[in-house]
Amino acid sequence: MSAPVAQKTISVEVNGTTYERDVEARRLLVHFLRDDLDLTGTHVGCDTGNCGACSVIVDGTLLKSCMMLAIQADGASIETVEGLGTDGELSSLQQAFSEHHALQCGYCTPGMLMSAKALLDENPEPTEGEIRRAIQGNICRCTGYVNIVEAISAAAEAST
Amino acid sequence: MTETAAPTSAIVVEEQETRPGFIGTNIPRKEDRRLVQGEGVFFDDVKRHGMGFVHFVRAPYAHAKIVSVDVSRALELKDVYGTLTGDEVAILTDPFFEMSVPPGSEIKDYALAVGKTRFVGEPVVAVVAATRELARDAAELVEVEYEPLEPLVDARAALEPEAPILHEDAGSNLVWEGVFDWGDWEGCVAEADRIVRIKELHFDRFSSTPLECSGCLVEFNRGTGQWTMYCNHQMPGIGAIWMAPALRVGTDKLRFVTQDIGGAFGNKICLHPYFVACCLLARKLNRPVQWTEWRTDQHTANAHGNERWFEDTEVAVKADGTLLGFKTSAIDDCGAFPRYEPLGCIIWAQVTPGCYRWQNIHVDFTQVATNKSPVSPNRGYSRMQHLWFTERVIDIVAHELGLDPVEVRKRNYVKEDEFPWTTPNGCIYDSGDYARCLDIALELIGYDGIEERREDAENRGKLLGVGIGSTLDSGTNNFGQSMLLNPDLQFSGNNEVATVKLDIFGEVVVTLGTVPQGQGHETTAAQVVADALGITPDEVTVRPGHDTYWNSHAGFSGTYASQFAVTGLGAVKGAVDQLAGEIRTIAAAVLGGVPEEAVVLEGGFAKLRANPEAAIPFMGIGAIVNANNAVLPEEVRDVTLNCRYVYVPPFEVPDTERKYGNLTLTYATQIHVCVLEVDPETGAYEIVDYAAVDDCGNRIHPQIVEGQVHGATAQALGAATHETFTYDEQGNLLTPNFYDYHVPHALDMPPIKTGYIESPSPFTSLGAKGMGEGGGAGIHAVCAALQDALRPVGNPIVHESCNPPHRVWELISNPEESRGRVAVESR
Repeated sequence: MSAPVAQKTISVEVNGTTYERDVEARRLLVHFLRDDLDLTGTHVGCDTGNCGACSVIVDGTLLKSCMMLAIQADGASIETVEGLGTDGELSSLQQAFSEHHALQCGYCTPGMLMSAKALLDENPEPTEGEIRRAIQGNICRCTGYVNIVEAISAAAEAST
Repeated sequence: MTETAAPTSAIVVEEQETRPGFIGTNIPRKEDRRLVQGEGVFFDDVKRHGMGFVHFVRAPYAHAKIVSVDVSRALELKDVYGTLTGDEVAILTDPFFEMSVPPGSEIKDYALAVGKTRFVGEPVVAVVAATRELARDAAELVEVEYEPLEPLVDARAALEPEAPILHEDAGSNLVWEGVFDWGDWEGCVAEADRIVRIKELHFDRFSSTPLECSGCLVEFNRGTGQWTMYCNHQMPGIGAIWMAPALRVGTDKLRFVTQDIGGAFGNKICLHPYFVACCLLARKLNRPVQWTEWRTDQHTANAHGNERWFEDTEVAVKADGTLLGFKTSAIDDCGAFPRYEPLGCIIWAQVTPGCYRWQNIHVDFTQVATNKSPVSPNRGYSRMQHLWFTERVIDIVAHELGLDPVEVRKRNYVKEDEFPWTTPNGCIYDSGDYARCLDIALELIGYDGIEERREDAENRGKLLGVGIGSTLDSGTNNFGQSMLLNPDLQFSGNNEVATVKLDIFGEVVVTLGTVPQGQGHETTAAQVVADALGITPDEVTVRPGHDTYWNSHAGFSGTYASQFAVTGLGAVKGAVDQLAGEIRTIAAAVLGGVPEEAVVLEGGFAKLRANPEAAIPFMGIGAIVNANNAVLPEEVRDVTLNCRYVYVPPFEVPDTERKYGNLTLTYATQIHVCVLEVDPETGAYEIVDYAAVDDCGNRIHPQIVEGQVHGATAQALGAATHETFTYDEQGNLLTPNFYDYHVPHALDMPPIKTGYIESPSPFTSLGAKGMGEGGGAGIHAVCAALQDALRPVGNPIVHESCNPPHRVWELISNPEESRGRVAVESR
């Protein structure tokens, strides 16, 4: 049996740009995004997979990027908060978060936005209960979620 | 709690007074655009060439002697840059300044453990390597030999003769003790019809656990001997006072830089031990070093809220429910090192009688050290513990005397026409209308129909309870209160700085001394500036964050203690008023020597009031002063258009003998009402209705105020229902991460109904009051509602601040235990 690979070259598409990098086999996807690709919008808020600040969308599926190794994302297409807007224009979700004061410190916001995007991609007209379920894996310590739920609801209404 | 589908409602119960301009309106937050795009800059986003990552080797024992430390194997690893040990720290630094009198003042607190460890997670060695992962690997190779000692976990046993001593230098686990005696306790006992005795109440340990952990990137400039810290310290002024003497340098050698901070809530005030370790490493290794705290480390070893016991409380009451006074013995547990303490031993006195007209108060206050995480200010710091106590007292008294908790409150609240109200210890409550706030909150939850709902719940096998939490959010500290703890401390008053300038192309630029963490300072500062200069907030640039190099800060600069609306915006207002005057001065001179009063500022122009055609754009004024000043008459050449203002609130040094004086400038109110249903079979409960009514005087940005109310309430509900830092007998923390320490998620939050009134502060330039920390009311309201709900199952007394279902089940299954804590003596 050959020795386990400690390093690997991976190719990942992030927000439409393809990156090829050598990564340590143990490197978490979130650290790959933040430290290797300098996409620092994705945040780290815990070390147990509870907080959701690092949520990204990998091949259409919402994931916590601290719970995945970078090498597992080899060949994948990843969406992060940096890809939400278009040419400097905010997406309707981003706009709604601002209008409804759905963020205070802004640390959970990127992950929260990605969870909300994943929800609305699947379910464009969610109920309040469905919105709450969709963001239950994202912790916010500032807002009590009140305005986040409102913002997601408003963004859904705006686009339907 | 379970999912709730009902929409959250915001009920405006009183029309806001119409004020011209942007103050009082919900303009879009200036911070949002970068934050929703992932373009904020948090400390962990900052990188430097060749930087090393710091990992701390931490103590596995709550109390142990350090027999030996061997870092040699770690240093052999490739790309490990270096280490730092406690022995090095003891040589290179002096212990941190302590605020207490003896014995607390004798405690030696260093950046790393020196000689022994005193809590699980205490940093013992620091390792620096090329990557985060490698630093962790290397840390595992550090060999530390410990000799475990008996740990001290229960604060109540800290002063027993057989208790293990944490700090041999102090010779005792006592940090600070003092007697607070105001009014005439013995006299009020003689006057009382009833004495209600409460054996013990306990306020649990928890913390606001900001989502972004602590950290810094530190660079050392060998040529100047200066450190730059890109960090998330929320109170750099005090941070420098701790760090500079320890590092044996002047405060100017420490440059703090922040931009975006992922929440702080007081938990990022006591970062100096970690930052000093990083400063030493940056100097020793001659490279930038970066430390990002892990979540488990944040929970285990950084900043818990103060745990407090209230023993042998006595409350003197008239038969009609008039409260005459109370007496209690408070034991405060500050964990292994005091750090910001013993300030918590006095901060509570800002709200000594709570919302009530109590005149006779006696508190024996003791603070002790235990083998647990050090504490740090935490949203509602020290006042929350005390207000929880006063609210528990109100409800227990009402409960035991068969009185209506609503009526007892209204009978004893300070009345609307009694403001400004002086408390027995000399604090001046500026304005408010507590009874009206309570009425609004009760209306919001439909109190009139509550008995029907109680019956309905009963028919479903549930016990319904209603509880009230009355909270004062005292803001803008008079640091002179520290002299009530230690008369030799030379701290008093308060200050904050802002600089507003008109630049060469007409840009209006604001620099704050504060250190915002989500409170929207850029936005509200822009509102104030825009109104004063007759422009829009979009035309105002407010620099994000804090930088020592801006020279726009003072000794108490920071963001803490509910004060930005007063101190921060007071400084902004002072600075922009000066700038407006200077713009008028220049315009008057340039427009032909007219008096300044003839000039108005409007739409980015300085115009003659009598002839608006005669106008100079701000750009012209900025250009003349900055780059064309030879055209100016001699008498206006001292104008700089760069106005720095230091706001100083009108405080006096308190009377240290009587422990008497005004300790805070403003008092915002939050009155909460909670309705919950308990399953008597399991102790599980659900909050089914909730109202929070806020009064923070004039609201600069109502949406931001309401956001603070929501967030503070969520933190309180978390603390009331789940969040507690529980230790086992060996001093191991049982809730060291978000897996074990359950903070509210979106499905946990009940619908929150909000209302407000505005009682402008007569003591502040904008009539505003600091707010944001009043949410502790949620803890009081849940405790009160539980006690109300459990009346039919043996009348237990809620005596803990955190009541997860298992604790409620204990109250239900053994009501006698808690009943035994209370006795009523009729006189």
